[in-house]
Amino acid sequence: MSVTAGMTEPSYLEFKGKYKGIFSWIFSTDHKRIALLYLFSILSLFAIGATLGLLMKFELIAPGKTIMDAKAYNAFFTLHGIIMIFAVVIPGLPAVFGNFMLPILIGAKDVAFPRLNLFSWYLYVAGVLLVVIAQFTGDQAPDTGWTFYAPYSFRTAGNMLPAVFGAFVLGFSSILTGLNFLVTIHRMRAPGMTWLKMPLFPWTLYATAWIQLLATPIVGITLLMIVAERLFNIGFFDPTLGGDPVLYQHLFWTYSHPAVYIMILPAMGAISEIIPTFARKIIFGYKFMVASSLLIAFVGYFVWGHHMFTANMSGQALYVFSLLTFLVAIPSAIKVFNWISTMYKASIDLQTPFFWAMAFILVFMIGGFSGLILGSLAADVHLHDTHFVVAHFHFIVFGGTGFSFFAAMHHWYPKITGKMYDTAWANTGLTVLFIGFITLYLPMFYMGVKGMPRRYFDYDEVFHASNIISSMGSWVLYAGLLITVINLFISLKRGKQAPANPWGGSTLEWTIPSPPPVENFEETPIITKGPYSYN
Amino acid sequence: MEEHRDDLASKTGMWLFLFTEMLLFGGLFIVYSVYRYINADAFHLAAHELSVPIGTINTIILLISSATIAMSITAIQKENKKLSLLLLTITVLLGLTFLVNKYFEWGHHIKEGIYPGSSALSLRGHGDVLFYGLYYFMTGLHALHIIIGLIFIGFIARMIIHDKITSDNHVLLENSGLYWHLVDLIWIFLFPLFYLIT
Repeated sequence: MSVTAGMTEPSYLEFKGKYKGIFSWIFSTDHKRIALLYLFSILSLFAIGATLGLLMKFELIAPGKTIMDAKAYNAFFTLHGIIMIFAVVIPGLPAVFGNFMLPILIGAKDVAFPRLNLFSWYLYVAGVLLVVIAQFTGDQAPDTGWTFYAPYSFRTAGNMLPAVFGAFVLGFSSILTGLNFLVTIHRMRAPGMTWLKMPLFPWTLYATAWIQLLATPIVGITLLMIVAERLFNIGFFDPTLGGDPVLYQHLFWTYSHPAVYIMILPAMGAISEIIPTFARKIIFGYKFMVASSLLIAFVGYFVWGHHMFTANMSGQALYVFSLLTFLVAIPSAIKVFNWISTMYKASIDLQTPFFWAMAFILVFMIGGFSGLILGSLAADVHLHDTHFVVAHFHFIVFGGTGFSFFAAMHHWYPKITGKMYDTAWANTGLTVLFIGFITLYLPMFYMGVKGMPRRYFDYDEVFHASNIISSMGSWVLYAGLLITVINLFISLKRGKQAPANPWGGSTLEWTIPSPPPVENFEETPIITKGPYSYN
Repeated sequence: MEEHRDDLASKTGMWLFLFTEMLLFGGLFIVYSVYRYINADAFHLAAHELSVPIGTINTIILLISSATIAMSITAIQKENKKLSLLLLTITVLLGLTFLVNKYFEWGHHIKEGIYPGSSALSLRGHGDVLFYGLYYFMTGLHALHIIIGLIFIGFIARMIIHDKITSDNHVLLENSGLYWHLVDLIWIFLFPLFYLIT
């Protein structure tokens, strides 16, 4: 396993297969090419979702109608939610970096089912197209929010059918990716890579894959029931026909809370790869990191009720769900402690991915702590459906998953593209984005405590000042995003050639050339040491 | 690139997929149990209207079809291509018979005006609306799985004819067998829930 092994084999980017041009991508079963297909689909959708968010914030810069009326605003937050949740953050890290790095990190040539992997991407595209079709056909765009709550989701004149079915198809794509990863991890680890010698990113993907597999079918069937409800007026969730709308909420959150862990677990995994690499130290408490990933996945199944504290559940159910919500914070906290402990007395190499990881830890902690406030029953009654909740989940989903996505992007960019990016611009992008992020979302906590509800295009005059700050933050955030992404695109052309191991990492991906050859490894690596073995 | 074959991986993948199918129906079983708990009497009375003989015949049909597909796997292992194909054909015919029975059952109810959204059904109260809503949705989804299974078995039969599935490479046949058993198993739960528990 020589780091400087010559480029005897063409890289996956130069490889000439059966097909040419675009077909060499969309018919490719190479996990690395599929990862890039996902990357470009997800980045395009992220651009749309972020622009929708920017326009929504502009609407909220002053009370009353600024640029859009209530109906348009409802359609905007619905599309923003569906795109960002189902098509960006849920597949984000697993489908892009999981697909690219999982086989390499465990010393395999590809995933277990390469064709199924490509099929998952087709399903993903089909799901996205359905959601898009929903916007442009029918009399009125979907306006239920991404949660499709009953009975409104089958009463509204909004064009729900394609949107709901699109979410179902996206879920199916997610199930198949999870299934693929589970079998890959079980069957294809390199000789000598026992479970406890596996790096942490694959471990989090493993925990995530179980959630994808076991939770997604529940939302799948629930969305199908909404489809049936709209088509045949069955009455599952319709109180006028004896159905129970709260049952819909239970079924929906049985998936959609674990889905939060689909978003955050691989994000934690990527951070767990970055910190030891730049701290040049073995990760602190490897076994605890593994166990906490599995615990988060497991306990995460039993906390869905905390989305429904105000939905008239029984007293006992409330206490249990609240208690479990506090418990699920413990494994996340273990991870934060271990990341910090890894850095203790380390000779840290201060590079862009490390800065992103630091930004991640900070905003993730703010998001996590605000989650505990929402998990306590009395506080939640006051804060439910206010901007406090919006701030909380944007700190977790954007601040957690999104920041980790960019951290992973800057960490593995040299490996994926074979080019180095401009560090000065990358750090500028991060700084601007971070300032914008805090300015945008921090005031929302205040607005929420003061009682500003979410999902309204209008608000009382008392919230005006904080909304101005927040909306201005959205411009800075957007500028930061542009700088970051444009820098990465320009570096594709102008960047210096990347060496095999630019960061001095010790996991398997750094032992092969950048970009990797088609079959990843010239000879199958034999693993004798655990990951992150420095000095 | 040479094709890398790992039968155990394929089977593991299939089992995991079956797991998701079980959870898909699992969501419906939860909805069923909640509404049965709330509308115990209505569910009890409505169940009397379903034809137990047809349900029993369909159960027997599916059980036999599970046996024939299992035997067809053994046949291919013993390199008896003809017998394997014959057994698969019987499986498909049994599956089709099940669907025909289902068609007449549904047709009978629909002729009586009992279907989701019908005025006759909504006059009968919430319990009946939910019972029949679940009946149509769950048996309908199950029938959809039968249809997918039949198509799948059709492709497998073609592959056997073209010698793409042989005694030393029959994991696809085994996987379709697993799928067919699952469809059978789900019916084993649907049958008592709708026809027998009264």
